[in-house]
Amino acid sequence: MADPNQTGGSDNQKVEQPSRRKFLVQAGYAVGGVIVGGALGSLIRRDKKTETAPGASPGEGAAEARNYNRALMFFNQEQLNIVSAATERIFPADDAGPGALALGVPFFIDHQLAGEWGFNSREYMSPPFFAGEKEQGYQGRLKRREMFEIGLREMENHSQTKYTKGFTELAPEQQDEVLRAFESDEVKLTTISASGFFKMLRSSTLEGAYSDPLYGGNADMNGWRMRAYPGNQMSYTDVIDKDFAVIAPSSLQDHLSAH
Amino acid sequence: MAKTLPKTDVVVVGVGWAGGIIAAELTKSGLNVVGLERGKERKTEDYFMVHDELRYALRYELMQDLSKDTVTFRSQEKVRALPMRQYGSFLLGEGLGGAGVHWNGQTYRFLPYDFQIRTKTIERYGKGKIPEGMTIQDWGITYEELEPYYDKFEKLTGISGEPNPLGGQRSADYPTPPMKKSPALSLFNEAASKLKLHPYMMPSANLSQNYTNPDGISRGACQYCAYCERFGCEYGAKADPVVTVLPVALKTGKFEIRTHSNVRRILHKGGKATGVMYTDSTTGEELIQPADIVVVTSYVFNNVKLLLMSGLGKPYDPASGTGVIGRNYAYQVTKGNAAGFFEDKEFNMFAGAGALGVTLDDYNGDNFDHSDLKFIHGAAISLSQTGMRPIANNPVPGGTASWGAEFKANSVKYANRFLSVGGQGSSMPFQHHFLDLDPTYKDAYGDPLVRLTFDFEEQDRQLAMYVSNRCADIMKEMGANHIDQLKSLGPYEITMYQSTHNTGGVVMGASPDTSAVNTYAQMWDAENVFVVGASAFPHNSGYNPTGTVGALAYRTAEGIIKYRQKGGMLV
Ligand SMILES: Cc1cc2nc3c(=O)[nH]c(=O)nc-3n(C[C@H](O)[C@H](O)[C@H](O)COP(=O)(O)OP(=O)(O)OC[C@H]3O[C@@H](n4cnc5c(N)ncnc54)[C@H](O)[C@@H]3O)c2cc1C
Ligand code: SF4
Repeated sequence: MADPNQTGGSDNQKVEQPSRRKFLVQAGYAVGGVIVGGALGSLIRRDKKTETAPGASPGEGAAEARNYNRALMFFNQEQLNIVSAATERIFPADDAGPGALALGVPFFIDHQLAGEWGFNSREYMSPPFFAGEKEQGYQGRLKRREMFEIGLREMENHSQTKYTKGFTELAPEQQDEVLRAFESDEVKLTTISASGFFKMLRSSTLEGAYSDPLYGGNADMNGWRMRAYPGNQMSYTDVIDKDFAVIAPSSLQDHLSAH
Repeated sequence: MAKTLPKTDVVVVGVGWAGGIIAAELTKSGLNVVGLERGKERKTEDYFMVHDELRYALRYELMQDLSKDTVTFRSQEKVRALPMRQYGSFLLGEGLGGAGVHWNGQTYRFLPYDFQIRTKTIERYGKGKIPEGMTIQDWGITYEELEPYYDKFEKLTGISGEPNPLGGQRSADYPTPPMKKSPALSLFNEAASKLKLHPYMMPSANLSQNYTNPDGISRGACQYCAYCERFGCEYGAKADPVVTVLPVALKTGKFEIRTHSNVRRILHKGGKATGVMYTDSTTGEELIQPADIVVVTSYVFNNVKLLLMSGLGKPYDPASGTGVIGRNYAYQVTKGNAAGFFEDKEFNMFAGAGALGVTLDDYNGDNFDHSDLKFIHGAAISLSQTGMRPIANNPVPGGTASWGAEFKANSVKYANRFLSVGGQGSSMPFQHHFLDLDPTYKDAYGDPLVRLTFDFEEQDRQLAMYVSNRCADIMKEMGANHIDQLKSLGPYEITMYQSTHNTGGVVMGASPDTSAVNTYAQMWDAENVFVVGASAFPHNSGYNPTGTVGALAYRTAEGIIKYRQKGGMLV
């Protein structure tokens, strides 16, 4: 059962938990008189007046709405700047739509590194550690947050050595050169694999562009909008056998507010 | 000292599909069953926020915690096995319902050929067709004998489908009609028909309509929500043990589920099990659950681990090919496919369901002539529409850079202009592919990890290329402007997701020399121990495994009830 206290914020004093049966009947989820179970059954129904949760996307009316999620949990400012510049090269703004920066990707990565993923907490990190074959996968002892610290520092070192400038001050083409040198392992690092770090940077960029905005990226669902992805929808029963059509996206926050 | 609990009739180790079916059938027959599951409780209400690709598909919310237990892997005996530290090739289930919570629901029957693969291959092509080291064997049971149990599993789960024109005989139609056909499915269907192939709607546990099963359990129709594979179903539409067999077992009042219970040994004396020893992971306490019958349903890896740790059954020795526990590990060859890019067509691939697709078996089993081919068996070829979620699906035509401006432009352009036709390739066992205990790495309880020794063989490389070419034929007919396909099947890598269709290790058969269990999953070496799951498959077919796991579980339940009355070996 979802714990009402966990929804946080100050707007949930009026949480009301209707009987599951009542809700399912109202929602029409009954099969021949038998109630069919579903997550819908336990939804916390909010008072209509409190439907919009705090921190809702700026553009949506409330001029005073501020995004308090845009602060740092892990990176220092220099790291944030390098990540911002690098991810924007990996996923640049163009005619189709925003790039990594505008989508909030650097904040997404920062927040991820501060949590479970950054600590590799659900992965096997026990010794002994041996270098293996490529097919055996990651065998290092370092956690993702440590790899990021090292990787970013080495990008900076490489930029200084090669161009006598910091990564963020390089021309875009030079930044691409640096990234390519990491991608191809042309840069040799002792503690981590340069290409392994690049891969992680690339995949977390895409995660930040397209994950639910709740994680700090995909700002205002503009990543989804760019590729006509509808996000979280309750049902496609009516469109599954129809030709492609654009559906306005919806987020998990919309889902929470609506129920 | 471990504390000993009151005795029960039956203890079930692991509560997924296999354990759930056993629990439901045995409690209905009046037996008392204790289910020990090492993960946590699960219920449909947990999936309120389930449409979250990052959390469920990429951070593996519902899967086994690898920090506590994983496997080690090496391509061959000369290589040092190293732990699978992060997820890749397959995703292990944990918690009530096991992997049945986050499966797709593609529910096939194997072909009659599968059950007599050795006999039938030799009959048609001669002994020389089976290469050195390939240890295929008949299953000790025929398709016809297993058919009634397939029917039971399909009625339990309410499979939506239409008969496979090239499949085995059926005693009844699928309980519900096929799923809806999307434009992409129709395109594949028409192209395949033009090529004189035999497409049919993929048998689906997602439910095309509301359904009440023979146990009286009702589920609503699938909403094509596209968060299915790797996700739990927030509607309870997808057949999963938690919404089907477990409530039936619990309603009898004879089923007790204990979660957070990690079983570590099967206790036995004089060739018979006396119960199991497990650790309560919330307290660290060691407990003994005595039972008359022990049923092991903890998936391929843990089934093998428990038997080896308990000294039950003869461990497999790859050098001589003798012994049975760990023998005939097999997998699935999934890389034989073709990707198509369309310039002026967009598809609603953001929508979908775990088992929405069209399949054909013209190149599966022995449905085609292998005389001039350097492999046996084949693959089911499908176009499936499981929902192209945006983080994991950024296909770009071959030659496109993998990041930067060109990548971004193409990935956005083709996001809805991409279709893929793929083969689910069968996997044959070899003498040097096996499971045993790792000498170095340990789980959270200090027990060894299971060690997997496996690689692709010439059989797999030939099969994958052949299947990829057939997929490309169909994709061409579908009118794709650009087609990318497999160039060659490289080595097996544990880093890339292929499928959670691991098989073998405790295989069934007619002889104790080449099998660990008989066709009721009863151990040759311990008559009151039953080991159920894909671990019993002597090889893996060109399909997903769970239809066959379910059928074998029903047959085992029947066997256990018989055993309870009469005792002794059932075969
Ligand atoms: C993403 C995904 C998609 C899939 N899609 C399909 C599909 O479309 N069609 C298909 O046929 N198959 C599919 N599968 C495979 C399918 O999920 C499995 O074949 C099936 O669920 C196996 O059931 P099982 O009961 O044998 O094992 P599991 O479901 O793995 O259950 C075993 C249980 O045992 C527990 N356990 C393990 N060790 C211990 C221990 N020592 N003590 C106590 N408990 C223990 C585990 O926690 C687990 O809950 C898919 C799998 C995945 C991961
Ligand atoms: S696609 Fe259908 S069966 Fe799968 S999770 Fe969504 S509603 Fe459930």
